[in-house]
Amino acid sequence: MESLKMKILSNVQVSERYWHLSVDASQLQTKVSPGQFFYIRCGEAYYPFLRRPFSIYRINKQEKVLEFLYLTKGLGTKRLTEMKAGEKIDIFGPLGHGFTLKDDASNILLLARGVGIATLAALAQEALEKNVKTTAILSARTYNDLLATETLQSFGAIIHKVTDEDGTSDVHNVSQLVDTIMDRDHIHAAYTCGSKRLARLLQEKTRERQIPAEIALEENMGCAMGVCFACVCDIQEEDEIRSVRICLDGPVFPLEKVIIP
Amino acid sequence: MTNQTVQESLNLKVDLNGLQLSNPIMPASGAFGEGMEGVIDFNALGAIVPKSITKHPRPGNATPRVCEVPAGMINSIGIQSKGIEYYLKHTLPFYEKYDTPLIASISADSIDEFAEMSEVLAAHRRVDALELNISCPNLKGDGQAFGMDADITYELTKKVRQVSDKPIICKLTPNVTRIQDIALAAEEGGANALTAVNTLLAMSIDVHTRKPKIGNVMGGLSGPAVRPIVVRMIYQCYKVTNIPIIGCGGVMNGEDALELMLAGATAVQVGTASFINPTAMLDILDEIKAYMKEHKIDDINDIIGQVDINE
Repeated sequence: MESLKMKILSNVQVSERYWHLSVDASQLQTKVSPGQFFYIRCGEAYYPFLRRPFSIYRINKQEKVLEFLYLTKGLGTKRLTEMKAGEKIDIFGPLGHGFTLKDDASNILLLARGVGIATLAALAQEALEKNVKTTAILSARTYNDLLATETLQSFGAIIHKVTDEDGTSDVHNVSQLVDTIMDRDHIHAAYTCGSKRLARLLQEKTRERQIPAEIALEENMGCAMGVCFACVCDIQEEDEIRSVRICLDGPVFPLEKVIIP
Repeated sequence: MTNQTVQESLNLKVDLNGLQLSNPIMPASGAFGEGMEGVIDFNALGAIVPKSITKHPRPGNATPRVCEVPAGMINSIGIQSKGIEYYLKHTLPFYEKYDTPLIASISADSIDEFAEMSEVLAAHRRVDALELNISCPNLKGDGQAFGMDADITYELTKKVRQVSDKPIICKLTPNVTRIQDIALAAEEGGANALTAVNTLLAMSIDVHTRKPKIGNVMGGLSGPAVRPIVVRMIYQCYKVTNIPIIGCGGVMNGEDALELMLAGATAVQVGTASFINPTAMLDILDEIKAYMKEHKIDDINDIIGQVDINE
């Protein structure tokens, strides 16, 4: 992890609620893995006071550019939209542990909703590099919110889109879709981010079929270095329930172990 | 003369009544841990203060445990702890590789438990001083704490004094009517120094959901929002006690730390600032040195309590 001031290359609105930020990461020495996050200061003022965690969306190793796709949700992300190309942005990271993509996996399934799609897009990029076939179910409120679809398609992923606006995103429908995919393809690993309902669904499906699965979690953070114990969740390991820190022990966890509230 | 040699001639050493520090900057308990090893050099700090330890493992409070407010944050972590056994086996040995004095922050449920834990920890060679956290607002209902009562503070400190030869620091709560009474009680009980202060009991509500923003309803406010209150409390304690004060609350930069020292602090703890700027403690040290050069101050001790008030 490094604390750096990186130059903003672009920060543009890409849909009604989503923005895309690219930064010059040429100073960054640490390798970045999909699922890891950066803790970003949204402006210089004391309100918003805390930094905001953003998972990595795309890693451009050749150009040394990091990309983030973010949902404008509250004060922090609103301030972030006001930052312009050419300005410096205070970035701390990469933090946490990323996804596990085993070398012998040849088929993976991504199940993402909303801004969680951005988190899994980085994994689709790695899958492409490793020649792994990716199938993705992307869920969102509206088609407008499914903006990372093209990015995932460019990484060779087969996309299934479901939305609230056309009534296809209910758990029952997604459940059938997951079954169809899992019956058709031999899925070696599954990944989810962005929805508790979908996480529970995938937990059930991957347990039944004994497929290893991972989830990327999010929570309000304090230090993002594992010292303050603000961002915790419970993990079930055999008979023991253990509290873990999302920033340090995660944000990616084995799906089977996470107690989804 | 180069900048380097000027800086080397500055004296940043301070004495906490038996605990010598190479400089006055240290972390506040709860805002420091092993996870910061990759970000700052622990040997550059005046002291290290691992998170408060409890006798038995504690799960901590419900989430959300932090929420943001203007110029600050509220936390209610609830001292999630692996217990003293883990602390002795893992936490203290982890810091063996550093020379920096280690202040063990202790949280307990009773006076006897404070004494019992203090005896064990004071006997450990890696522990250089004890900080008694008699002021955490997040353990009992309505933010009650030992440090809200002068008599209890006196009894507690006295009991710990009997079992520890190492310096004792009482961490005071700001959630009291007259902090001077508590400061004096700790001093009479035998404390070597005071930490002023823990977080301010606070609450925040989401007006859209009508729910408290903190899982535990109330929590402790920290950050620059509290600093003027902390400066006032340090000043009040400094006027009545004869023991050194470690200022704690809302320090974000070197000038903030100097403000606490001018009010009467001998050393300064940095907490929340490290969440905003992970290298805050080292940056603060550099800023203090720059201030000393600018104001031609050779010895940091010359500014302690030196607020200029015509009385």
